[in-house]
Amino acid sequence: MSLLSIRNLNIQFATNDGMVHAVNDVSFDIQKGQKLAIVGESGSGKSQIALSAMGLLAKNARTSGEILFDGQDILKMSTRALNKIRTREIAMIFQDPMSSLNPYMRIERQLGEIVELHEGLKGSAQRKRVLDVMDAVQIPDAKNRLKSYPHEFSGGMRQRIVIAMALICNPRLILADEPTTALDVTVQAQIMNLLDEIQRDMGTAIVLITHDLGVVAGFCEETLVLYGGKVMERAKTEQIFEAPAHPYTRGLLRAIPNLADPIDTLQSIPGSPPNQMLEMVACPFAPRCPDAIEACTSTLPPLENGRACLRPVEELS
Amino acid sequence: MTQPLLSVRDLHVQFTVGNAKKWPWSPPGIVSAVNGVSFDVPRGKTLGVVGESGCGKSTLIRAIAGLNPPTSGKVIFDGKDVNYGNKRDLNALRRRMQMIFQDPIASLNPRMTVREIVTEPLRYFRPELSEEERRIVSRGMLDRVGIAQRNFNRYPHEFSGGQCQRIGIARALVTEPDVLLCDEPVSALDVSIQAQVVNILSELQRDMNLTLIFVAHDLGVVRHISEEILVMYMGGVMEHAPAIDLFGEPQHPYTQALFSAAPIPDPKIKMQPQMLEGELPSPMNLPTGCLFETRCPKRSPECAQTRPQLHRQGPAQVACLKLEKELI
Amino acid sequence: MRKLKQLLTSPETTTALAEEMVKSRSFWADARIRFFKNKMAVFSVFMLGFLVLFSIFGNVLSQWTYEEIDWSLLGKIKEEGGPSLANGHYFGVDELGRDLYARVVQGSRTSLLVGFVAGILSVILGSTIGAVAAFYGGRTDQFIMGAYTITLAIPYIIFFVVWQAFFGRSLSQMIIVMIIMNWTSGLLIVRGQVRMLKNREFVDAARMLGMSDFTIIARHILPNMLWVIIIYMSLTIPEAIMTESLVSFLGVGIQEPNTSWGALISEGASTMTFGTTWQLAYPAIFFVIAQVSLFYIGDGLRDALDPKER
Repeated sequence: MSLLSIRNLNIQFATNDGMVHAVNDVSFDIQKGQKLAIVGESGSGKSQIALSAMGLLAKNARTSGEILFDGQDILKMSTRALNKIRTREIAMIFQDPMSSLNPYMRIERQLGEIVELHEGLKGSAQRKRVLDVMDAVQIPDAKNRLKSYPHEFSGGMRQRIVIAMALICNPRLILADEPTTALDVTVQAQIMNLLDEIQRDMGTAIVLITHDLGVVAGFCEETLVLYGGKVMERAKTEQIFEAPAHPYTRGLLRAIPNLADPIDTLQSIPGSPPNQMLEMVACPFAPRCPDAIEACTSTLPPLENGRACLRPVEELS
Repeated sequence: MTQPLLSVRDLHVQFTVGNAKKWPWSPPGIVSAVNGVSFDVPRGKTLGVVGESGCGKSTLIRAIAGLNPPTSGKVIFDGKDVNYGNKRDLNALRRRMQMIFQDPIASLNPRMTVREIVTEPLRYFRPELSEEERRIVSRGMLDRVGIAQRNFNRYPHEFSGGQCQRIGIARALVTEPDVLLCDEPVSALDVSIQAQVVNILSELQRDMNLTLIFVAHDLGVVRHISEEILVMYMGGVMEHAPAIDLFGEPQHPYTQALFSAAPIPDPKIKMQPQMLEGELPSPMNLPTGCLFETRCPKRSPECAQTRPQLHRQGPAQVACLKLEKELI
Repeated sequence: MRKLKQLLTSPETTTALAEEMVKSRSFWADARIRFFKNKMAVFSVFMLGFLVLFSIFGNVLSQWTYEEIDWSLLGKIKEEGGPSLANGHYFGVDELGRDLYARVVQGSRTSLLVGFVAGILSVILGSTIGAVAAFYGGRTDQFIMGAYTITLAIPYIIFFVVWQAFFGRSLSQMIIVMIIMNWTSGLLIVRGQVRMLKNREFVDAARMLGMSDFTIIARHILPNMLWVIIIYMSLTIPEAIMTESLVSFLGVGIQEPNTSWGALISEGASTMTFGTTWQLAYPAIFFVIAQVSLFYIGDGLRDALDPKER
């Protein structure tokens, strides 16, 4: 049985101006200790998928489908049952480290509180656990920094503390929502290395949610490409980069300025992101797709063999 | 050799911070954001400026634009010294030098329609035009950045980020300036949209013979659009080199570390990011020696003593004592 | 230029011109629609409008002036001074035998005038000072914030009494003193808004056009925070009416024979024990209608204008 299994997930938000269709019929599985990347641009619904798996969606959200964690449906769980799973089984890392940390609380208390709440650890056992996890995320001189406040750390160190908070109860799954977007490149590389080591040493499954294909390349075995809340392509990461089978993935890869081999003009994807106020009846990418045919604007392509496209791979430009 | 359109000589920008004062009358703290930057940009070329957050790259171009005037140093535009204290001088400069900003939506006034936003510069810089002529000129400009005519009476919030940035470009270029300062213009945009905006910029640069100063933290975009690149760290220039040489063979230890960490969208290439140890110095209390000395993997004791100046190293200019020595 | 004109007469552009122009609603048009959706607020506007018309044209219907004493009723006010259509005292008479209807009209005029003029002018004054403090910052800001703190420490009733002792009790003096006392209204909130807006990139863009500070404030900053000022005004106007009523109730406000809601309520309350309840009821009803409708108008404005409510 897979660790997390998302089946036909739909997420809509009721707003004053109508329904926003954020996620449309998304299904995927993640196995124990696996690393999966969810790649998408803003508005692709990637963060909403992660939030729904934590039971953290905004109040105006309407969901359908199933999110099975260990066979239990998270969408149907009570808050009580959810609280048992959050942090202990599934933990989340957010984009902005400063907003995940309480600025008025010392690091020791902030980390200790979590183990106290979930496992009832106190006193020296608690401190030992806190020190262990700070070592695990490679915060130098952890012992002397226990009493520090979040603002006394640099951005990269703060993100390490946030990762430590996610790790402290040994969860089986970590959802990392753009963990390095707010950080500089040099720090980004360090954090990605750290996540890699955690997965290897502790066997934690990691879902990396990002807009940056470059980050995905060196990290995840499998990649899910989202557009307009729908899965466009799902394949092994190497295959995504070497032989992308969906026009959107192809466009995305061509649009990235590559440091390794320079080209004269960047190939952009014309047009604008889709209007999410409309119900999805056709391929969301069709208006911007160079390979779109008549049928693309009227039929919703199913996800078959890891790609959702009406046209066969050979015919794509 | 032709004269460069824009020259910057030993530019310094400092800010005072008043909120950490002991007493109301004690001297305020001074943050040095830009420390002695010099460069030349010839007409029609692009200078890229890269560096991590807090390296002073945005402050540098805001200083050139006069949004936060330089503390010392010279900016020479078209052979003339710019006097930032003089309003007439400043307006004359801005007539020929415009700017686009990082946050595409925040850079447009939410209460103005697209047409009003783009005609406004003409009102100030070309008052001789009639209302009708202004409409024609702004329409032409919006057309060039790909904003459809029927959307002219709309408000910024009805557009996507990429479209807003194009409107921002139209506003900056409608008066046909010579220099366009770009302050991280694509950082807030999605990859697929980034490419659109970058392409429009290079197209307009070619058509209008624009000189660009392009600030970004994304190395790929900068490399793509620039002829020459300035690598900044803690407000100082570490390396200044033609883009091809810089990416082919970075000289400065900082540039090397920076490039090694940039993610490559190819799973076959195993990244070997160079880890920088040590702490960033505080901009309120900069080291007297090399700015990079605290984190440099190749530092030697003398690096803490003398601040290295830019010197020629092949096609590049590098500020590093170690490389300077090897040269001799 | 010529090239452009050629471009514009080309067939492509003419067809493009024929394309329908999308006209969007501005922020204010949008807000107006939202406001009119709020039925309570719209009803309150009508009520307030009625009060204003009443205070201006109410005299037309009255058969007495507000100063005249109906000698025929003197001494038997409790028995015969009540509201009656027969003797022309629609609201009855006050304890001195003056027509209460005429006096309520006069009182409404005073209270609304003071409320609106003092409320609006003090917010304009406070906002201007707040905007200056935020835009220029530094010493200007420090000085203004210092003055603000000191003003908060002045007990305003005492200030009021002292001011009136010096300059006399008249309507204009009352308005002036209320503006002076309330110069801080809206100051903090406008200061905060301007501090936020002046760092927005569109203000930088305006600077790049070489606009003067005044133009930047007027063209780019003010339109983006006008909604805050309007909401603040909707709060300050009832507050000013309340303050006026309070000082008149205490007897230091408007001078006889002129009157206001507060003064009328004060008189009515003091004679209530004699059984002349109408003397309290009529001014109180008008006062409550004004306060309630101003509250609902303010509420409606807040819902219509605050971008967070969307």
